[in-house]
Amino acid sequence: MRPRVSFGIRVIVLLIVLFAAAALLAPWISPHDPLRQSLLLRLKPPGSATASAGLFPLGTDDLGRDLLSRILYGARASFIVAILSVSVSLVVGTLLGLAAGWFRGWTATLIMRFVDAMLSVPAILLAVLTVAVIGPSFVTLVLVLGLTRWPRYTRVAYAATLQVAGLPFIAAAEMAGADSARILLRHILPNIAGPLLVVATSEFGLMILFEAGLSFLGLGIQPPAPSWGSIMSAGRQYVERAWWLTVFPGLGLFTLVVCVNVMGDWLRDRLDPRSAGR
Amino acid sequence: MRRYIARRLLQAAIATFLVITIVFFVMRLSGDPTLLLVPEGATAEQIAALRHALGFDRPLAVQYLGYLGDLAHFDLGQSLVQRAPVWLIVASRLPYTMALAAGALVFALVTGIPAGIAMAVWRGGVTERLLSALVLAGQSLPTFWSGILFILLFGVSLHWLPTSGADGPASLVMPSVVLGALAMATFARMTRISVLEELGRDYVTAARARGLSMGAAVVRHVLRNAAIPVVTVVALEVGNLLAGAVIVETVFAWPGIGQLAMQSIFARDFLVVQAIVLFVSMVYIALNLATDLAYSAIDPRIRGMA
Repeated sequence: MRPRVSFGIRVIVLLIVLFAAAALLAPWISPHDPLRQSLLLRLKPPGSATASAGLFPLGTDDLGRDLLSRILYGARASFIVAILSVSVSLVVGTLLGLAAGWFRGWTATLIMRFVDAMLSVPAILLAVLTVAVIGPSFVTLVLVLGLTRWPRYTRVAYAATLQVAGLPFIAAAEMAGADSARILLRHILPNIAGPLLVVATSEFGLMILFEAGLSFLGLGIQPPAPSWGSIMSAGRQYVERAWWLTVFPGLGLFTLVVCVNVMGDWLRDRLDPRSAGR
Repeated sequence: MRRYIARRLLQAAIATFLVITIVFFVMRLSGDPTLLLVPEGATAEQIAALRHALGFDRPLAVQYLGYLGDLAHFDLGQSLVQRAPVWLIVASRLPYTMALAAGALVFALVTGIPAGIAMAVWRGGVTERLLSALVLAGQSLPTFWSGILFILLFGVSLHWLPTSGADGPASLVMPSVVLGALAMATFARMTRISVLEELGRDYVTAARARGLSMGAAVVRHVLRNAAIPVVTVVALEVGNLLAGAVIVETVFAWPGIGQLAMQSIFARDFLVVQAIVLFVSMVYIALNLATDLAYSAIDPRIRGMA
């Protein structure tokens, strides 16, 4: 039976693809260099145009840089950070969850108690502290977000592995002589991928928010490199004179996160029919 | 029951110990924690003297034991920047964050729970669609964006509310709404699921068969049963509100521990930051524990699990 995909979900997917395309193609579709400053073009409202510099569809910032170009490059930063940090936490969390569910006993106790502890430190605070200690940089940002957000995957992978490990086909594989690593990666992992994908989708939205939040606080992507959070942080001082510096990057961020959240809910309903409609 | 309480207490103690340990190692990730505590412009001799005075030249294991010992005496150290005990600095800001978290919690409860009930009772209608859009917005709004937009609209344009700072109860309104939006969405979702589940049960059909109206059945029977899962999330959300305060307090210049954390980072006063992370984590663990214990007292089935 061909699955029915509603009109709403198609629109959501289309929007996410557009955001991803904008991020990917930023260097080619940006009307201006996102870093080029011009004191003569400071805080120009959206739609401003000059004979020499051309059109600024969304206006310029306090240093005369083109806002549209900075938002496009900012999308790039958001996507790269979110993809990398979700990958880090997905791999770390899943491996630990698989190990806990397969070996049980002391291994499971150790891992799961550590998960409890990690979940009791609010991730954003731990990230703020860690970035502040090491000093903000792109790599720090990815590693800190990735290494603070793995416990949810571990919980899901652990519960799912416990369930799958009791099924007859695993015993069959064991009797056929497969070692633990092979069973875990070839037989168990494919069977628990669904719930992990659901977690990864909702985490993707969170990571985009975290990256923007940390950059807003001055602990993420460092100026002059463009990021939605740092554009808004700089725009905050000019909010009464230049609303566009706050409204446009925020609107992009909000729309993208809404799309990712709707996508996550939809995926969960598809993969886990019991929760349908929740 | 006693065994469950003992096991749950042990779990909380282990979590506390691990959190303290994680923070200890995070503070040493840069190699030399002395550099996190000296005001900018200190000379090499001053740094070396301080390193020795604070014991950062001792072996790591000795430092760790000293740190555990200090925490056991609730000694969070001295701020070298503000020249005052760290606990005093944090405690002076705490009432503001508590007021903000309370405001956000009240907002989230009085909007989220009725919204969740309405979404369950009028399932499939226009009301549910509108409210789900609101819930989705609450879930996806970055607080640093909604905060600035609120300031622009209600503060700068309409002059209804003060734009920032802590100047009487009116200045608490905007930060509370902005901070509480995510919790509102969580409560609405949980309430909706919980009420929907209860609505399908036999006792509801029986109550309706006895001639009770839908509203009366919900108020008299459903809400009482649907409340338990919602109460659990409430306690967890309080922890999230405290963490979210870092951004909201920065946006609204609200003088709580969230703003203090950011100011201390930029003033290189890391013992204060460390104390705030430890404090919020401890609150989180304590709330979790309290909920689980209260929960097991109400519903004996829980004890067998966990």
